[in-house]
Amino acid sequence: MFFVLFESSRSALISIYAHGLRSFLTTLGIVIGVASVIAVISVTEGMSSFIGDTFASLGSNSLTIRSYTPFEDQMKGIRARLTPEDLELISRRGEGIASITPILYAARSSQIKFGSQTAFSQIMGTTYAFQEVSQSYISSGRFLAPSDNDTRRRIAIIGEKVRDNLNLPENPVNEYVDIGGEWFKIVGLLEPKGDIMGQSRDDIVLMPYATMRSLQGNQARTDIQIQLSLSATAEVDVVAQQLTTLLRNAHDLSSEEDDDFTIQTAEQLMETFDSIINMVTIVIGGIVSISLLVGGIGIMNIMLVSVTERTREIGICKAIGAKRHHILMQFLIEALLLSLLGGLIGLALGYGLGTLISNTIPSFPQASIPLWSIALALGFSGFVGVLFGILPAAKAANLDPIDALRYE
Amino acid sequence: MALIELKSITKYYEMGDQIVRALDGIDIDVFRNDYLAFIGSSGSGKSTMLNILGCLDKPTNGQYHLNGKNVEMMDQNELSEVRNLEIGFIFQSFNLLPRSTALGNVMQPLVYRNIRLKQRKEMAMDALTRVGLDDRTHHLPNQLSGGQRQRVAIARALVTTPSILLADEPTGNLDSKTSIEIMQLFDELHAEGHTLIVVTHEDEIARHCKRVIEMKDGKIFNDSDTVLDAVTH
Ligand SMILES: Nc1ncnc2c1ncn2[C@@H]1O[C@H](COP(=O)(O)OP(=O)(O)OP(=O)(O)O)[C@@H](O)[C@H]1O
Ligand SMILES: [Mg+2]
Repeated sequence: MFFVLFESSRSALISIYAHGLRSFLTTLGIVIGVASVIAVISVTEGMSSFIGDTFASLGSNSLTIRSYTPFEDQMKGIRARLTPEDLELISRRGEGIASITPILYAARSSQIKFGSQTAFSQIMGTTYAFQEVSQSYISSGRFLAPSDNDTRRRIAIIGEKVRDNLNLPENPVNEYVDIGGEWFKIVGLLEPKGDIMGQSRDDIVLMPYATMRSLQGNQARTDIQIQLSLSATAEVDVVAQQLTTLLRNAHDLSSEEDDDFTIQTAEQLMETFDSIINMVTIVIGGIVSISLLVGGIGIMNIMLVSVTERTREIGICKAIGAKRHHILMQFLIEALLLSLLGGLIGLALGYGLGTLISNTIPSFPQASIPLWSIALALGFSGFVGVLFGILPAAKAANLDPIDALRYE
Repeated sequence: MALIELKSITKYYEMGDQIVRALDGIDIDVFRNDYLAFIGSSGSGKSTMLNILGCLDKPTNGQYHLNGKNVEMMDQNELSEVRNLEIGFIFQSFNLLPRSTALGNVMQPLVYRNIRLKQRKEMAMDALTRVGLDDRTHHLPNQLSGGQRQRVAIARALVTTPSILLADEPTGNLDSKTSIEIMQLFDELHAEGHTLIVVTHEDEIARHCKRVIEMKDGKIFNDSDTVLDAVTH
């Protein structure tokens, strides 16, 4: 058995080599399929381990509360809101909270100007507590102070990306920028945080919460976000439960009504990312299966052609003593080697592609191939080869020697 | 005991409503170290005869015993084994594997006997030396002359040391000088004790053989042995 296997592989390799270009084109479907699956896996693997690290550093003891309007209500023009009163309530009656801060996003224009430069950025009104809650620190200047809020001071703290976009000096402290037609003095520069999922976390502008509210004018419709960090002993679930009860009472929700807000933990956020990545993997997996199917049919097609082409050769081999399994093995192993070869090329190509992707997008996590994906790729392409090779091989093995020899 | 025993062998081809009787009741015994020629006009059934003798084709009716074994009962795999062990077939059109070298072609039947590469090479080299081609071992068939190709084919038939050598018009594609060389090789093989059956339509070739069977319309028209028998008895 082993002998037959060895001899068949030898002649299969000779035949694959003899039709170099054709063999390559035949296996191209497999190459593309495996390359794409490996590229996707290597990128998503790198990404999810990176995201895991990021959220771990974020700490699992922070909570974000934001308003939530179900889609049907949105259609009716109803908008749920979180108000400054909610913030008051939580800071007064919430338990297990170390620090709490509102975040008010700029409603319309997020345009900032410096000299002739204009940039768009994420502008948030918040308080000094933001520093602790979101673990954002200052590399030069100062952070927001409680007094900034009380006096609605027109000051801003910017991320490095904003500085670069506006061509501000290396140390932008004490420069003035134009935000929504008002002059703001820059008092601090945030430490860079890098990118997450290709999005910069340094493209932000912070200003005092009260300043932002006064800028927005119509305070009746203010919808804020509340971020808080928990004290060391507090349990995330317990705090979330208590806050839910607190807010439901404040919003006069009856027991049939759903929450008009969501409380999100860093862990939940991570799960969301994970499920997005899983989703992408499944979709790509579907595409890849189709391309492997097409690749397999390509191999079957060429193998059938090759059986027809080599009918006389098969006849000769049978005439000098080849049994059915000799011929079957030869063609089956040829199909198997062909697709395995495709799998190997695809593996190399996919890894190259993954590395290329993660290297071209700056600060994108390093691509990594887990061992199981290599096994999967080779196993799958081998399976495809056997599956689609069996029919042509059986056709060849069943040829009648005298008919095969007479074949023109 | 006869090496080959044929009893009322027939081979019919149905072509629509017409039946072609390619072989029509053949009885022959072939003995060890016979040197036999089938002659006859085109379409008389010589190739059909040889294909059945070589276990490439099955008769419609009749019995064929080869070395005492009944060939009729065998399935495809057993027939392959018989062809590999007992028969050396030499074709008119050489039928070499186009992508294998002379050496590779001669080694091929040994692959089906599970003989290791090293030993295969030695045996194939011996066979090629026997037919005088030891200096062309790494040529592909299309890099060889017709006579050389036929020698490779003969070496391939010889390498398995079969009970019989069958040759269908072995010189049909060769010029007369090369034909004579090939026939001299056959004479030598006969002298060494091989059993040879040759199909030909050239009297020149048939003259080399010790026994000549003339066929006509699928029947034996004349068998030199029986003529001889008739004379002696
Ligand atoms: N596969 C086939 N189908 C139908 N008829 C066939 C087939 N093979 C051979 N025959 C017929 O059988 C008869 C004998 O053919 P065969 O090939 O044995 O002749 P031959 O004696 O070898 O002739 P030649 O000297 O031309 O090679 C011919 O009439 C041929 O037409
Ligand atoms: Mg003929």
